[in-house]
Amino acid sequence: MTLFPVINFLLALLSAPLLLGVINRTKAFFAGRRGQPLLQAYFDLWKLLHKGAVYSRTTTWVFRAGPMVGLACVLVAAAITPFGGSRALMGFSGDLLLLAYLLGLMRFFTVLAALDTGSPFEGMGASREVQFSALAEPALLLGLAAVARITGSFSLSTMFPALSAGVWAQTGPALLLVAAALFVVFLAENARIPVDDPNTHLELTMIHEVMVLDHSGPDFAFILYGAALKLWVLGAFLAGILLPFHTGVGAVDTLVAWLAMLALAVGVGVVESIMARLRLLRVPRLLVGAVLLSGLAFVLLLR
Amino acid sequence: MNLSIDSVMLVLVVTNLLLLGLSQLRSCVHAVAVQGFALGLLPLLVRQSGPTAWTVMVVLVTIGLKGVVFPRLMLGALRDADVRREKRPAVGYTMSMVVGFIALAGAAWLSSRLPVFAGSPSTLAAPVSFFMIFVGLFIIVSRNHAVNQIVGYLVLENGVYVFGVVLLHELPLLVEMGVLLDAFAAVFVMGVAVYHINSEFDHLEVDQLDMLRG
Repeated sequence: MTLFPVINFLLALLSAPLLLGVINRTKAFFAGRRGQPLLQAYFDLWKLLHKGAVYSRTTTWVFRAGPMVGLACVLVAAAITPFGGSRALMGFSGDLLLLAYLLGLMRFFTVLAALDTGSPFEGMGASREVQFSALAEPALLLGLAAVARITGSFSLSTMFPALSAGVWAQTGPALLLVAAALFVVFLAENARIPVDDPNTHLELTMIHEVMVLDHSGPDFAFILYGAALKLWVLGAFLAGILLPFHTGVGAVDTLVAWLAMLALAVGVGVVESIMARLRLLRVPRLLVGAVLLSGLAFVLLLR
Repeated sequence: MNLSIDSVMLVLVVTNLLLLGLSQLRSCVHAVAVQGFALGLLPLLVRQSGPTAWTVMVVLVTIGLKGVVFPRLMLGALRDADVRREKRPAVGYTMSMVVGFIALAGAAWLSSRLPVFAGSPSTLAAPVSFFMIFVGLFIIVSRNHAVNQIVGYLVLENGVYVFGVVLLHELPLLVEMGVLLDAFAAVFVMGVAVYHINSEFDHLEVDQLDMLRG
């Protein structure tokens, strides 16, 4: 037993907000601007943590519980996510289902907190979030099921390190499909551009941002940090699939995976720069496409 | 498992799903062109004993017809008719993709029941060819636009081609050339028909041809 699961978990906690900075810098580069500092997300979190929170008199305990439950869920999710070819902090057979439901619980409480405010805009955002995630979740689960089928293991901790170049040579097409589906899920779940625009502040077109309009101070810091960690967790799966080479030296693998995460963030920035947001009516088609890709990978592997 | 043949099969499946999900007619034509290119490479990949001059010629003719000539004809028809998307497909796009997935599962089941293809170079070839035949038929039935119906016909024909090239690898290539010629004639006739429909009716919706011109 080495220390690397602990180191990787701490690395996730520390460098998750950095991904947001990298995405923003990439977008700024495409737009010909200098952009905000790479560490802007950390500054924002620091600032928010030192502010007081304002609670509307119409809200109940659900509104206050939302950010805390969300952060707790995603912290556990990060703890069961393997990174850089080593095991995760925790792991047991079947934890891929736990991962899907942790993300589900996080979303459920964010939605409840949004509905608790009674604001019509937040209700609209909540409705969209639930609709889209209902389509994204089968894609995630089918994709993970396909990887489980390849590696013959139901634990994330043993599934992802088992993917190697040899496995790719045999089941490359299926893994490629899973990676494509997970990338769509990654963009949709993290409210990135083809599905949602993280920059817009027009309530009618937002999904995730509109649900958290009424949170302030430390609560909002929790939400921001939770979103960054979610980006990290889902990104770690993509990196795990697309980077099947492990040297066996923990430090090197961790460094390579960390660089892969930064590259993924650059990729998201590029996607956000060259694509427009899809019309809301067309988003389900994209997500159903992702479900089909995952399902296709699974059907290929059944043979 | 032959990875290069499997990759081509995957391209075929993904382009089919795109055809079912895309509403822009131009994108559909582009997808079917990509499909033609991938398909054209198959005879080269299937042969173990190195390409002969005859194989190379079949590959070039297939790619030339299915990847270049047919798509150009259809794009020309679209440009003349000045249409961009299917107006009222009988089955919605998301639903079409779900139907496509069911067709794929059905094709996989069907080909697993047929032991004839045990010696084929790729286990994916049989399900993919059945899948393409299903999707081609489905596009012909569910879409109203004339160009989309040509696309459906081409996908159907591509499915038969995959079946022939990969599963019966000793098929005389002369027969293949005959099939290609038939396909060319069919698309040519359809092109003429589309031209006439367009000039007579000012649109290309084939479910409205029963209405007299007033």
